[in-house]
Amino acid sequence: MKILVTAKRVEDPESKIKVKPDGSGIVGEGLKYKINPFDEIAVEESLRLVAKFPGEVVVVSIGGKEVHEQLRHALAMGATRAVWVNHPGALDQMAIAGLLQKVAEKEKPDLAILGKQSIDDDQSQVGQYLAEWLNWSQATFASKVESFESDAEKNKVPALVVSADLKSVRVVREVDGGLNTLDCKLPAVVTTDLRLNQPRYASLPGIMKAKSKPIEELTPATLGVDVTPKLTVTRMSSPPPRKAGIKVPDVATLVSKLKNEAKAF
Amino acid sequence: MPIVLIVAEAQPDGSIRKATLHALAAGAQLASKVGAELHAVALAKDATALANVVKEYGVKVVHAASAPQFEQYLAETFAPAVAELATSLKAEYVGAAASAMGRDLLPRVAARLKAAMASDVMGFNGDAASLTFVRPMWAGSVIAEVKLSSAVKAFTVRATEFEAAAKAGGGEVKAFTPAAVASPTTFVDFKEVKSARPELTEAKVVVSGGRGTKGDFKEIEALADELGAAVGASRAVCDAGWVPNDLQVGQTGKVVAPKLYVAAGISGAIQHLAGMKGSKVIVAINKDPEAPIFQVADYGLVADLFKALPELREGIKSSK
Repeated sequence: MKILVTAKRVEDPESKIKVKPDGSGIVGEGLKYKINPFDEIAVEESLRLVAKFPGEVVVVSIGGKEVHEQLRHALAMGATRAVWVNHPGALDQMAIAGLLQKVAEKEKPDLAILGKQSIDDDQSQVGQYLAEWLNWSQATFASKVESFESDAEKNKVPALVVSADLKSVRVVREVDGGLNTLDCKLPAVVTTDLRLNQPRYASLPGIMKAKSKPIEELTPATLGVDVTPKLTVTRMSSPPPRKAGIKVPDVATLVSKLKNEAKAF
Repeated sequence: MPIVLIVAEAQPDGSIRKATLHALAAGAQLASKVGAELHAVALAKDATALANVVKEYGVKVVHAASAPQFEQYLAETFAPAVAELATSLKAEYVGAAASAMGRDLLPRVAARLKAAMASDVMGFNGDAASLTFVRPMWAGSVIAEVKLSSAVKAFTVRATEFEAAAKAGGGEVKAFTPAAVASPTTFVDFKEVKSARPELTEAKVVVSGGRGTKGDFKEIEALADELGAAVGASRAVCDAGWVPNDLQVGQTGKVVAPKLYVAAGISGAIQHLAGMKGSKVIVAINKDPEAPIFQVADYGLVADLFKALPELREGIKSSK
């Protein structure tokens, strides 16, 4: 089967994000970048699926030349080839979904697997826009029932259950108060939640091989997508800081502070 | 007059999801800022009951869309119906709670309406001409003001940032019959994770356990029950399979902002802090005096949780 998967470049989730004093953006110095953790899970799931249903995993990223790092990361994990939509500068979710739509129409995959959200914008929208514009079925927040210590996880069994005839996929979704299971006709868009799988580390041979895997370059113009933003961030600020707390010597003091000072119960 | 349309959500038993009341309050706030009237839509196999509840909460009109295909929620059937209604009403704003359903549905509705969208909205600034949506980015490390320039604007609402709408009575219920659509997706089942405790994102008090519990959540649960609290957990604990995944509080799990958050045996990784630092009062109990969780805690106690939690429970019980 053929799977299209995304690899967005985002700030390392362990980095401290600071807002510029003028509120125009975040401070870039000292930041490290990574593949969006949810996209990394999407890449892992794609690799498990093609191990079962031979085919190819096409990884796509949008941005300036620097996103080659994230594409190479996915290629080193085992993706077959990469598509780079060259567009330096910010894009809103509609522009991103519009570009992915064109790439999907060109590649005609059985499945598009995306992270449920990117950890910079935290919008959680692109997969759903994409599904609507392609008129495909959608299953967001894909999860699984087993823990990370299960045999299924250790054996890298895909959590998404694709039917033998490649006509549908069964997805367990994390929703409020429980788990929802859907059967989606293929082609479909699936977005991954945190616990779908544990992504593999790239092996040394994988990293070496990735260097010679092809990266196709496209642009919004070649794809025919107008990326004029409909969403603009007009100002950024830091959340109000928490006032410094205190250490209490014992439980009795804690109870009295909670009752009388914080009026917490 | 422009219209703000809020999508109401039912729980599996058919009753209204509490987060919808917060979304209605946000919708009312937005409507007053932009000079609009507040409408809502209820979709169900028989939407009458849900519509009759929603009409009590300060909406002008509730559109009741009843159809067999709405027996179970599916984005592929709900989105066309909501978009069709929004178009026929010429609604300028379409919103819902940022619940699992709202987060799944609204972007698909927005896509159909060619609308830009703001997720997890915490507030509104300005007026009809200058309106911005206030929303978190980077897991709440940044608060952004966002302007949407599409004709229709979509949003989801972070429930903890708005008081629940109060009963105001008197809304009108109108039937709405959307076009039938064939869905490429079928609902298989919903497995409820049963709990007598409140939903994590809606609870006033949350008691969370981390690696320090070594997987033994008895004391966490006992304190939670004393406080009528929800139980939460750090990512490490969920990853180990010690507690169900949906208890995870953090950037990649649930974002909570209760009145009181008790973190026991949680070191306080950035990713966890991002999910709970909006809490009003934070209590941290940890054996390690250097644990980063103490930097955000209002009250820190360096102690073994297995000793401190039973004492805390007894202390709260006797001084209530």
